Amino acid sequence: MRKNTLKFTALLFSIISFNTVFAQDDLLSGLEDKNPKQYVNNAFKSSRVINGHSMEFIGKGVLDTRILHRFGLINSGYTNFYGLDQANMRLGFDYGVTEDLTVGIGRSNVGKEYDGFIKYRVVHQSVGGKHHSPVSVVLVTGMTLNSTPWANPDRTNYFSSRLAYYNQVIIGRKFTEAFSWQISPTHVHLNIVPTQYDLNDVFAVGTGARIKISKRTAFVVDYHYVLKNLSKNLFFGGDDDNSYSGPLQIDNYVNPLSVGFDIETGGHVFQLHFSNSTGMNEKAFITNTSNKWGKGEIRFGFNLSRVFTVSKKKELHTSKN
Amino acid sequence: MKKIIILALAVISFNNINAQTKLLTTKTGKAWFDAGTGLEDITGTNKSVLSALNPATGDMQFSILIKGFEFWSQLLQEHFNENYMESDKFPKSTFKGKITNLDKVNFAKDGTYPVIVKGTLEIHGVKNDIEKKGTIIVKGESVDASSEFTVTMDDYKIAIPSVVKDKLSKTAKIKINCTYTQSK
Repeated sequence: MRKNTLKFTALLFSIISFNTVFAQDDLLSGLEDKNPKQYVNNAFKSSRVINGHSMEFIGKGVLDTRILHRFGLINSGYTNFYGLDQANMRLGFDYGVTEDLTVGIGRSNVGKEYDGFIKYRVVHQSVGGKHHSPVSVVLVTGMTLNSTPWANPDRTNYFSSRLAYYNQVIIGRKFTEAFSWQISPTHVHLNIVPTQYDLNDVFAVGTGARIKISKRTAFVVDYHYVLKNLSKNLFFGGDDDNSYSGPLQIDNYVNPLSVGFDIETGGHVFQLHFSNSTGMNEKAFITNTSNKWGKGEIRFGFNLSRVFTVSKKKELHTSKN
Repeated sequence: MKKIIILALAVISFNNINAQTKLLTTKTGKAWFDAGTGLEDITGTNKSVLSALNPATGDMQFSILIKGFEFWSQLLQEHFNENYMESDKFPKSTFKGKITNLDKVNFAKDGTYPVIVKGTLEIHGVKNDIEKKGTIIVKGESVDASSEFTVTMDDYKIAIPSVVKDKLSKTAKIKINCTYTQSK
Protein backbone atom coordinates (compact mmCIF):
# COMPACT_ATOMS: atom_id res chain seq x y z
CA MET A 1 0.00 0.00 0.00
CA ARG A 2 2.74 2.39 0.95
CA LYS A 3 4.65 1.46 -2.20
CA ASN A 4 1.58 2.12 -4.27
CA THR A 5 1.04 5.47 -2.67
CA LEU A 6 4.54 6.43 -3.60
CA LYS A 7 4.00 5.28 -7.14
CA PHE A 8 0.85 7.26 -7.41
CA THR A 9 2.41 10.33 -5.95
CA ALA A 10 5.17 10.04 -8.52
CA LEU A 11 2.62 9.60 -11.28
CA LEU A 12 0.69 12.53 -9.98
CA PHE A 13 3.71 14.79 -10.00
CA SER A 14 4.71 13.67 -13.43
CA ILE A 15 1.23 14.50 -14.67
CA ILE A 16 1.35 17.92 -13.11
CA SER A 17 4.80 18.67 -14.41
CA PHE A 18 3.94 17.25 -17.81
CA ASN A 19 0.94 19.48 -17.99
CA THR A 20 2.95 22.51 -17.00
CA VAL A 21 5.70 21.83 -19.51
CA PHE A 22 3.15 21.16 -22.18
CA ALA A 23 1.37 24.39 -21.44
CA GLN A 24 4.57 26.40 -21.51
CA ASP A 25 5.88 25.20 -24.80
CA ASP A 26 2.73 25.16 -26.77
CA LEU A 27 0.63 28.11 -25.80
CA LEU A 28 0.32 29.06 -29.45
CA SER A 29 -0.23 25.59 -30.87
CA GLY A 30 -3.93 25.98 -31.41
CA LEU A 31 -3.60 29.47 -32.84
CA GLU A 32 -1.01 29.03 -35.50
CA ASP A 33 -2.04 28.46 -39.05
CA LYS A 34 0.43 25.69 -39.84
CA ASN A 35 0.48 26.33 -43.55
CA PRO A 36 -0.45 29.92 -44.34
CA LYS A 37 -0.64 31.03 -47.96
CA GLN A 38 2.13 33.40 -48.90
CA TYR A 39 2.80 35.10 -52.20
CA VAL A 40 6.27 34.94 -53.62
CA ASN A 41 7.69 38.35 -54.44
CA ASN A 42 10.93 39.91 -55.62
CA ALA A 43 11.64 37.39 -58.35
CA PHE A 44 13.37 40.20 -60.21
CA LYS A 45 14.71 43.50 -58.91
CA SER A 46 12.89 45.45 -61.56
CA SER A 47 9.74 45.20 -63.64
CA ARG A 48 11.98 44.54 -66.66
CA VAL A 49 14.51 41.77 -67.01
CA ILE A 50 16.59 44.09 -69.20
CA ASN A 51 14.62 44.83 -72.34
CA GLY A 52 11.59 42.64 -71.84
CA HIS A 53 8.98 42.76 -69.11
CA SER A 54 9.68 40.65 -66.07
CA MET A 55 7.17 38.73 -63.94
CA GLU A 56 7.69 41.34 -61.23
CA PHE A 57 5.33 44.22 -60.42
CA ILE A 58 6.10 47.60 -58.92
CA GLY A 59 3.28 47.60 -56.37
CA LYS A 60 0.12 49.54 -55.83
CA GLY A 61 0.32 53.31 -55.94
CA VAL A 62 3.93 53.29 -57.07
CA LEU A 63 5.23 55.45 -59.90
CA ASP A 64 8.34 54.13 -61.56
CA THR A 65 10.35 56.61 -63.61
CA ARG A 66 12.48 54.75 -66.07
CA ILE A 67 15.31 56.23 -68.08
CA LEU A 68 16.83 53.84 -70.57
CA HIS A 69 20.02 54.41 -72.54
CA ARG A 70 21.54 52.39 -75.32
CA PHE A 71 24.87 53.63 -76.58
CA GLY A 72 26.52 53.05 -79.93
CA LEU A 73 28.47 49.98 -80.97
CA ILE A 74 31.51 49.24 -78.84
CA ASN A 75 33.47 48.17 -81.92
CA SER A 76 32.97 51.58 -83.52
CA GLY A 77 36.30 52.36 -81.98
CA TYR A 78 38.18 55.06 -80.22
CA THR A 79 36.96 57.92 -82.41
CA ASN A 80 33.41 57.29 -81.20
CA PHE A 81 34.63 56.56 -77.68
CA TYR A 82 33.54 52.96 -78.06
CA GLY A 83 29.97 53.90 -78.81
CA LEU A 84 29.41 56.30 -75.94
CA ASP A 85 29.27 59.26 -78.34
CA GLN A 86 25.95 58.05 -79.62
CA ALA A 87 22.96 57.54 -77.38
CA ASN A 88 19.49 56.20 -77.91
CA MET A 89 17.15 56.67 -75.06
CA ARG A 90 13.66 56.02 -73.81
CA LEU A 91 11.96 57.95 -71.06
CA GLY A 92 9.04 56.19 -69.48
CA PHE A 93 6.65 56.16 -66.59
CA ASP A 94 5.03 53.05 -65.14
CA TYR A 95 2.27 53.22 -62.59
CA GLY A 96 0.98 50.43 -60.36
CA VAL A 97 -2.79 50.68 -60.38
CA THR A 98 -3.12 47.61 -58.16
CA GLU A 99 -0.72 44.95 -56.93
CA ASP A 100 -1.48 43.00 -60.10
CA LEU A 101 -1.99 45.72 -62.69
CA THR A 102 0.57 48.12 -64.09
CA VAL A 103 0.20 50.61 -66.92
CA GLY A 104 3.06 52.43 -68.56
CA ILE A 105 3.96 54.91 -71.25
CA GLY A 106 7.23 55.88 -72.81
CA ARG A 107 8.96 57.53 -75.69
CA SER A 108 12.08 56.44 -77.50
CA ASN A 109 14.11 58.68 -79.73
CA VAL A 110 14.67 55.76 -82.09
CA GLY A 111 11.88 56.19 -84.63
CA LYS A 112 10.41 58.98 -82.50
CA GLU A 113 8.34 56.23 -81.02
CA TYR A 114 5.72 56.42 -78.28
CA ASP A 115 4.69 53.25 -76.55
CA GLY A 116 2.18 52.22 -73.96
CA PHE A 117 1.33 48.97 -72.26
CA ILE A 118 -0.96 47.24 -69.82
CA LYS A 119 0.46 44.45 -67.70
CA TYR A 120 -1.77 42.20 -65.64
CA ARG A 121 -0.90 39.34 -63.31
CA VAL A 122 -3.39 36.52 -63.68
CA VAL A 123 -1.66 34.08 -61.34
CA HIS A 124 0.71 35.01 -58.55
CA GLN A 125 3.27 32.44 -57.47
CA SER A 126 2.56 31.37 -53.90
CA VAL A 127 3.38 28.80 -51.25
CA GLY A 128 1.23 27.23 -48.55
CA GLY A 129 -2.52 27.29 -48.24
CA LYS A 130 -4.96 25.06 -50.05
CA HIS A 131 -4.47 26.48 -53.51
CA HIS A 132 -1.08 27.70 -54.45
CA SER A 133 0.68 28.14 -57.73
CA PRO A 134 4.28 27.24 -58.53
CA VAL A 135 4.45 29.95 -61.19
CA SER A 136 3.28 33.46 -61.90
CA VAL A 137 1.41 34.11 -65.12
CA VAL A 138 1.42 37.64 -66.47
CA LEU A 139 -0.25 39.08 -69.57
CA VAL A 140 1.17 42.11 -71.32
CA THR A 141 -0.33 43.99 -74.21
CA GLY A 142 1.22 47.08 -75.69
CA MET A 143 1.06 49.49 -78.56
CA THR A 144 3.69 51.60 -80.26
CA LEU A 145 3.23 54.76 -82.27
CA ASN A 146 5.86 55.89 -84.70
CA SER A 147 5.77 59.67 -85.02
CA THR A 148 8.42 60.29 -87.67
CA PRO A 149 7.19 62.45 -90.59
CA TRP A 150 5.71 60.36 -93.40
CA ALA A 151 8.33 59.04 -95.75
CA ASN A 152 6.01 59.69 -98.68
CA PRO A 153 3.79 62.65 -97.79
CA ASP A 154 2.21 62.80 -101.26
CA ARG A 155 0.28 59.59 -100.96
CA THR A 156 -2.65 58.98 -98.63
CA ASN A 157 -1.23 58.11 -95.24
CA TYR A 158 -3.35 56.61 -92.51
CA PHE A 159 -2.80 57.16 -88.82
CA SER A 160 -3.15 53.43 -88.26
CA SER A 161 0.00 52.94 -90.28
CA ARG A 162 1.94 54.45 -87.42
CA LEU A 163 0.80 51.77 -85.01
CA ALA A 164 2.15 48.41 -84.03
CA TYR A 165 1.10 46.07 -81.24
CA TYR A 166 2.59 43.42 -79.06
CA ASN A 167 1.05 40.75 -76.88
CA GLN A 168 2.90 38.62 -74.42
CA VAL A 169 2.35 35.88 -71.88
CA ILE A 170 4.99 35.65 -69.18
CA ILE A 171 5.29 32.45 -67.20
CA GLY A 172 7.88 32.74 -64.50
CA ARG A 173 9.04 31.20 -61.27
CA LYS A 174 11.29 32.26 -58.44
CA PHE A 175 13.00 28.93 -57.85
CA THR A 176 15.17 30.00 -54.96
CA GLU A 177 16.00 33.25 -53.26
CA ALA A 178 18.86 33.62 -55.74
CA PHE A 179 17.46 32.17 -58.95
CA SER A 180 14.42 33.19 -60.98
CA TRP A 181 13.54 32.21 -64.52
CA GLN A 182 10.79 33.12 -66.92
CA ILE A 183 9.65 32.35 -70.44
CA SER A 184 7.52 34.68 -72.51
CA PRO A 185 5.88 33.81 -75.84
CA THR A 186 5.39 37.08 -77.70
CA HIS A 187 3.47 38.20 -80.74
CA VAL A 188 4.24 41.45 -82.54
CA HIS A 189 1.90 42.88 -85.14
CA LEU A 190 2.97 45.69 -87.43
CA ASN A 191 0.16 47.54 -89.18
CA ILE A 192 2.44 48.57 -91.98
CA VAL A 193 5.80 47.23 -93.01
CA PRO A 194 8.39 48.95 -95.20
CA THR A 195 8.56 46.40 -98.00
CA GLN A 196 6.61 43.49 -99.39
CA TYR A 197 9.35 41.25 -98.01
CA ASP A 198 8.43 42.08 -94.44
CA LEU A 199 5.95 40.13 -92.37
CA ASN A 200 3.19 41.87 -90.47
CA ASP A 201 3.10 39.30 -87.69
CA VAL A 202 6.22 38.14 -85.96
CA PHE A 203 6.33 35.54 -83.22
CA ALA A 204 9.09 35.17 -80.69
CA VAL A 205 9.84 33.47 -77.40
CA GLY A 206 11.60 35.47 -74.77
CA THR A 207 13.41 34.16 -71.76
CA GLY A 208 14.92 35.91 -68.80
CA ALA A 209 16.84 34.80 -65.75
CA ARG A 210 18.24 36.35 -62.66
CA ILE A 211 21.01 35.06 -60.44
CA LYS A 212 21.50 37.05 -57.28
CA ILE A 213 25.10 37.69 -56.42
CA SER A 214 24.54 39.59 -53.21
CA LYS A 215 21.62 41.21 -51.44
CA ARG A 216 21.77 44.21 -53.73
CA THR A 217 23.30 42.96 -56.96
CA ALA A 218 22.18 40.37 -59.46
CA PHE A 219 23.30 38.96 -62.79
CA VAL A 220 20.57 39.01 -65.44
CA VAL A 221 20.15 37.57 -68.92
CA ASP A 222 17.44 38.55 -71.38
CA TYR A 223 17.05 36.73 -74.70
CA HIS A 224 14.36 36.67 -77.36
CA TYR A 225 14.29 33.96 -79.98
CA VAL A 226 12.43 34.98 -83.13
CA LEU A 227 10.32 32.09 -84.44
CA LYS A 228 11.11 32.68 -88.10
CA ASN A 229 9.58 29.54 -89.56
CA LEU A 230 6.41 29.81 -87.50
CA SER A 231 5.97 33.45 -88.48
CA LYS A 232 6.49 32.61 -92.18
CA ASN A 233 4.17 29.62 -92.12
CA LEU A 234 1.44 31.55 -90.41
CA PHE A 235 1.85 34.43 -92.84
CA PHE A 236 1.62 32.26 -95.92
CA GLY A 237 -0.93 29.98 -94.30
CA GLY A 238 1.01 26.93 -95.46
CA ASP A 239 -0.76 27.51 -98.76
CA ASP A 240 0.82 26.07 -101.91
CA ASP A 241 -0.72 28.80 -104.08
CA ASN A 242 1.29 31.35 -102.25
CA SER A 243 4.53 29.89 -103.38
CA TYR A 244 6.89 32.77 -102.68
CA SER A 245 10.06 31.32 -101.32
CA GLY A 246 12.51 34.13 -101.89
CA PRO A 247 14.30 36.17 -99.25
CA LEU A 248 12.32 37.81 -96.50
CA GLN A 249 13.33 40.55 -94.13
CA ILE A 250 12.64 38.29 -91.17
CA ASP A 251 15.62 36.18 -92.17
CA ASN A 252 17.80 39.15 -91.31
CA TYR A 253 16.35 39.55 -87.83
CA VAL A 254 18.89 38.79 -85.16
CA ASN A 255 17.79 37.45 -81.80
CA PRO A 256 18.36 40.11 -79.19
CA LEU A 257 20.58 38.97 -76.33
CA SER A 258 21.38 41.16 -73.36
CA VAL A 259 23.42 40.37 -70.28
CA GLY A 260 24.01 42.63 -67.36
CA PHE A 261 23.89 43.44 -63.71
CA ASP A 262 21.15 44.87 -61.55
CA ILE A 263 22.43 47.11 -58.82
CA GLU A 264 20.04 48.38 -56.22
CA THR A 265 20.71 51.41 -54.08
CA GLY A 266 17.79 52.50 -51.94
CA GLY A 267 15.01 53.72 -54.22
CA HIS A 268 17.06 53.28 -57.41
CA VAL A 269 17.72 50.24 -59.50
CA PHE A 270 20.53 50.48 -62.03
CA GLN A 271 20.59 47.88 -64.73
CA LEU A 272 23.91 47.95 -66.55
CA HIS A 273 24.17 45.68 -69.53
CA PHE A 274 25.63 44.75 -72.88
CA SER A 275 23.30 44.01 -75.74
CA ASN A 276 23.10 43.67 -79.49
CA SER A 277 19.77 45.49 -79.68
CA THR A 278 18.88 49.17 -79.66
CA GLY A 279 15.14 48.88 -79.29
CA MET A 280 13.59 49.70 -75.96
CA ASN A 281 10.13 48.33 -76.51
CA GLU A 282 9.03 44.84 -77.54
CA LYS A 283 8.23 45.78 -81.12
CA ALA A 284 11.56 47.48 -81.59
CA PHE A 285 13.93 44.93 -80.11
CA ILE A 286 12.21 41.94 -81.67
CA THR A 287 11.84 43.27 -85.22
CA ASN A 288 14.66 45.82 -85.43
CA THR A 289 17.72 44.02 -84.15
CA SER A 290 20.38 43.45 -86.78
CA ASN A 291 23.65 43.57 -84.86
CA LYS A 292 25.45 40.37 -84.03
CA TRP A 293 27.28 39.46 -80.85
CA GLY A 294 29.59 37.24 -82.90
CA LYS A 295 30.85 40.24 -84.86
CA GLY A 296 31.43 42.28 -81.74
CA GLU A 297 28.48 44.52 -82.54
CA ILE A 298 27.63 45.06 -78.91
CA ARG A 299 26.33 48.14 -77.16
CA PHE A 300 26.63 49.23 -73.62
CA GLY A 301 23.40 50.41 -72.06
CA PHE A 302 21.69 51.07 -68.80
CA ASN A 303 18.21 51.28 -67.36
CA LEU A 304 17.72 53.61 -64.45
CA SER A 305 14.61 53.08 -62.39
CA ARG A 306 13.48 55.34 -59.59
CA VAL A 307 10.28 54.52 -57.75
CA PHE A 308 8.07 56.99 -55.94
CA THR A 309 5.20 55.98 -53.72
CA VAL A 310 2.40 58.21 -54.92
CA SER A 311 -0.51 56.98 -52.85
CA LYS A 312 0.26 56.17 -49.24
CA LYS A 313 -1.52 53.69 -47.06
CA LYS A 314 -2.53 56.25 -44.46
CA GLU A 315 -4.65 54.10 -42.21
CA LEU A 316 -1.56 52.27 -41.04
CA HIS A 317 -0.45 55.23 -38.99
CA THR A 318 -3.36 55.06 -36.63
CA SER A 319 -1.61 52.39 -34.66
CA LYS A 320 1.13 54.87 -33.77
CA ASN A 321 -0.80 56.08 -30.77
CA MET B 1 -6.02 3.72 -2.85
CA LYS B 2 -9.28 4.86 -4.35
CA LYS B 3 -8.78 8.26 -2.83
CA ILE B 4 -5.46 8.57 -4.58
CA ILE B 5 -6.94 7.64 -7.95
CA ILE B 6 -9.67 10.18 -7.50
CA LEU B 7 -7.12 12.73 -6.47
CA ALA B 8 -5.00 11.89 -9.50
CA LEU B 9 -7.96 12.19 -11.83
CA ALA B 10 -8.93 15.44 -10.18
CA VAL B 11 -5.43 16.79 -10.73
CA ILE B 12 -5.42 15.69 -14.35
CA SER B 13 -8.78 17.22 -15.05
CA PHE B 14 -7.94 20.33 -13.08
CA ASN B 15 -4.78 20.74 -15.07
CA ASN B 16 -6.62 20.26 -18.32
CA ILE B 17 -9.27 22.75 -17.40
CA ASN B 18 -6.59 25.10 -16.30
CA ALA B 19 -4.71 24.85 -19.53
CA GLN B 20 -7.75 24.90 -21.75
CA THR B 21 -10.28 27.27 -20.34
CA LYS B 22 -8.10 29.89 -18.82
CA LEU B 23 -5.67 30.50 -21.65
CA LEU B 24 -6.02 34.01 -23.04
CA THR B 25 -5.29 34.21 -26.74
CA THR B 26 -5.40 36.49 -29.76
CA LYS B 27 -4.72 36.22 -33.47
CA THR B 28 -5.05 39.91 -34.17
CA GLY B 29 -2.49 41.48 -31.90
CA LYS B 30 -0.66 44.54 -33.17
CA ALA B 31 3.02 45.17 -33.47
CA TRP B 32 4.49 48.45 -34.62
CA PHE B 33 8.04 49.60 -34.98
CA ASP B 34 9.89 52.75 -35.88
CA ALA B 35 13.46 52.43 -37.14
CA GLY B 36 13.74 55.86 -38.72
CA THR B 37 15.86 58.81 -37.71
CA GLY B 38 13.21 61.33 -38.67
CA LEU B 39 14.41 61.83 -42.23
CA GLU B 40 12.11 59.24 -43.67
CA ASP B 41 9.08 57.40 -42.34
CA ILE B 42 10.42 53.93 -41.59
CA THR B 43 7.61 52.40 -39.63
CA GLY B 44 5.94 49.06 -40.07
CA THR B 45 2.72 47.65 -38.70
CA ASN B 46 1.64 44.06 -38.25
CA LYS B 47 -1.96 43.44 -37.34
CA SER B 48 -1.91 39.66 -37.06
CA VAL B 49 0.29 38.97 -34.09
CA LEU B 50 -0.37 35.60 -32.48
CA SER B 51 -0.17 35.63 -28.74
CA ALA B 52 -1.23 33.60 -25.73
CA LEU B 53 -1.15 34.38 -22.05
CA ASN B 54 -1.66 31.90 -19.27
CA PRO B 55 -3.04 33.91 -16.35
CA ALA B 56 -2.45 31.03 -13.94
CA THR B 57 1.27 30.74 -14.56
CA GLY B 58 2.11 34.08 -16.16
CA ASP B 59 3.49 32.43 -19.27
CA MET B 60 3.38 34.65 -22.31
CA GLN B 61 4.15 33.88 -25.95
CA PHE B 62 4.17 35.87 -29.15
CA SER B 63 4.68 34.92 -32.75
CA ILE B 64 4.92 37.52 -35.54
CA LEU B 65 5.15 36.78 -39.24
CA ILE B 66 7.75 39.14 -40.71
CA LYS B 67 6.05 39.23 -44.10
CA GLY B 68 2.93 40.50 -42.37
CA PHE B 69 4.47 43.89 -41.70
CA GLU B 70 2.98 46.65 -43.80
CA PHE B 71 4.64 49.90 -44.80
CA TRP B 72 3.56 53.06 -46.53
CA SER B 73 5.78 52.14 -49.45
CA GLN B 74 6.10 48.85 -51.27
CA LEU B 75 9.81 49.45 -51.67
CA LEU B 76 10.33 49.74 -47.92
CA GLN B 77 8.48 46.50 -47.41
CA GLU B 78 10.64 44.85 -50.04
CA HIS B 79 13.86 46.07 -48.51
CA PHE B 80 12.69 45.20 -45.01
CA ASN B 81 12.00 41.62 -46.03
CA GLU B 82 14.83 41.07 -48.43
CA ASN B 83 17.76 43.09 -47.16
CA TYR B 84 17.27 43.47 -43.43
CA MET B 85 15.03 40.78 -41.93
CA GLU B 86 15.71 38.12 -44.60
CA SER B 87 12.22 36.83 -44.08
CA ASP B 88 12.65 33.85 -46.41
CA LYS B 89 15.34 32.55 -44.05
CA PHE B 90 13.76 33.79 -40.82
CA PRO B 91 10.00 33.94 -41.40
CA LYS B 92 8.98 34.80 -37.86
CA SER B 93 9.95 36.66 -34.79
CA THR B 94 8.96 35.08 -31.48
CA PHE B 95 8.92 35.79 -27.79
CA LYS B 96 8.62 33.24 -25.00
CA GLY B 97 8.54 34.45 -21.46
CA LYS B 98 6.86 34.94 -18.15
CA ILE B 99 5.34 37.71 -16.12
CA THR B 100 7.67 37.91 -13.14
CA ASN B 101 5.35 39.85 -10.84
CA LEU B 102 2.19 37.84 -11.46
CA ASP B 103 1.11 38.27 -7.84
CA LYS B 104 0.46 41.96 -8.61
CA VAL B 105 -2.09 41.12 -11.31
CA ASN B 106 -5.66 40.18 -10.52
CA PHE B 107 -7.32 38.91 -13.66
CA ALA B 108 -10.66 38.76 -11.89
CA LYS B 109 -10.72 42.46 -11.03
CA ASP B 110 -10.89 45.40 -13.43
CA GLY B 111 -7.80 47.54 -13.31
CA THR B 112 -4.47 48.55 -14.80
CA TYR B 113 -1.51 46.48 -13.70
CA PRO B 114 2.11 47.28 -14.49
CA VAL B 115 4.03 44.08 -15.16
CA ILE B 116 7.57 42.98 -15.84
CA VAL B 117 8.03 40.33 -18.48
CA LYS B 118 11.18 38.29 -18.78
CA GLY B 119 12.00 35.89 -21.56
CA THR B 120 13.66 35.18 -24.88
CA LEU B 121 13.08 37.38 -27.88
CA GLU B 122 14.01 36.03 -31.29
CA ILE B 123 14.41 38.40 -34.21
CA HIS B 124 16.27 37.67 -37.46
CA GLY B 125 17.21 34.24 -36.12
CA VAL B 126 19.04 35.69 -33.10
CA LYS B 127 17.82 34.94 -29.58
CA ASN B 128 18.34 37.35 -26.74
CA ASP B 129 17.14 37.32 -23.16
CA ILE B 130 15.22 40.46 -22.38
CA GLU B 131 13.30 41.93 -19.50
CA LYS B 132 10.78 44.64 -20.35
CA LYS B 133 8.01 46.57 -18.69
CA GLY B 134 4.45 46.27 -19.83
CA THR B 135 0.90 46.97 -18.82
CA ILE B 136 -2.04 44.66 -18.39
CA ILE B 137 -5.50 46.15 -18.39
CA VAL B 138 -8.35 43.97 -17.20
CA LYS B 139 -11.78 45.19 -18.13
CA GLY B 140 -14.61 42.76 -17.73
CA GLU B 141 -13.99 39.78 -20.01
CA SER B 142 -11.21 41.35 -22.01
CA VAL B 143 -7.58 41.49 -21.07
CA ASP B 144 -5.34 43.98 -22.79
CA ALA B 145 -1.56 43.69 -22.73
CA SER B 146 0.80 46.28 -24.13
CA SER B 147 4.45 47.08 -24.05
CA GLU B 148 6.81 49.61 -25.50
CA PHE B 149 10.51 49.05 -25.70
CA THR B 150 13.62 49.52 -27.77
CA VAL B 151 15.87 46.94 -29.38
CA THR B 152 19.32 47.47 -30.80
CA MET B 153 19.76 46.24 -34.38
CA ASP B 154 23.26 45.05 -33.62
CA ASP B 155 21.98 42.63 -30.96
CA TYR B 156 20.00 40.85 -33.65
CA LYS B 157 22.69 40.97 -36.34
CA ILE B 158 20.72 43.31 -38.58
CA ALA B 159 23.33 45.10 -40.64
CA ILE B 160 22.85 48.71 -41.68
CA PRO B 161 24.82 49.64 -44.79
CA SER B 162 26.61 52.99 -44.65
CA VAL B 163 24.56 54.50 -47.51
CA VAL B 164 21.40 54.49 -45.39
CA LYS B 165 23.08 55.37 -42.10
CA ASP B 166 21.39 58.75 -42.03
CA LYS B 167 17.92 57.38 -42.57
CA LEU B 168 18.02 54.24 -40.52
CA SER B 169 18.38 54.30 -36.78
CA LYS B 170 20.62 51.86 -34.92
CA THR B 171 17.75 51.07 -32.63
CA ALA B 172 14.12 50.32 -33.26
CA LYS B 173 11.25 51.44 -31.08
CA ILE B 174 8.70 48.66 -30.77
CA LYS B 175 5.12 48.75 -29.56
CA ILE B 176 3.06 45.64 -28.93
CA ASN B 177 -0.61 45.63 -28.17
CA CYS B 178 -2.76 42.52 -27.72
CA THR B 179 -6.37 42.28 -26.71
CA TYR B 180 -6.94 38.78 -25.46
CA THR B 181 -10.08 36.75 -25.31
CA GLN B 182 -10.52 33.50 -23.44
CA SER B 183 -10.02 30.53 -25.70
CA LYS B 184 -12.45 27.66 -25.43
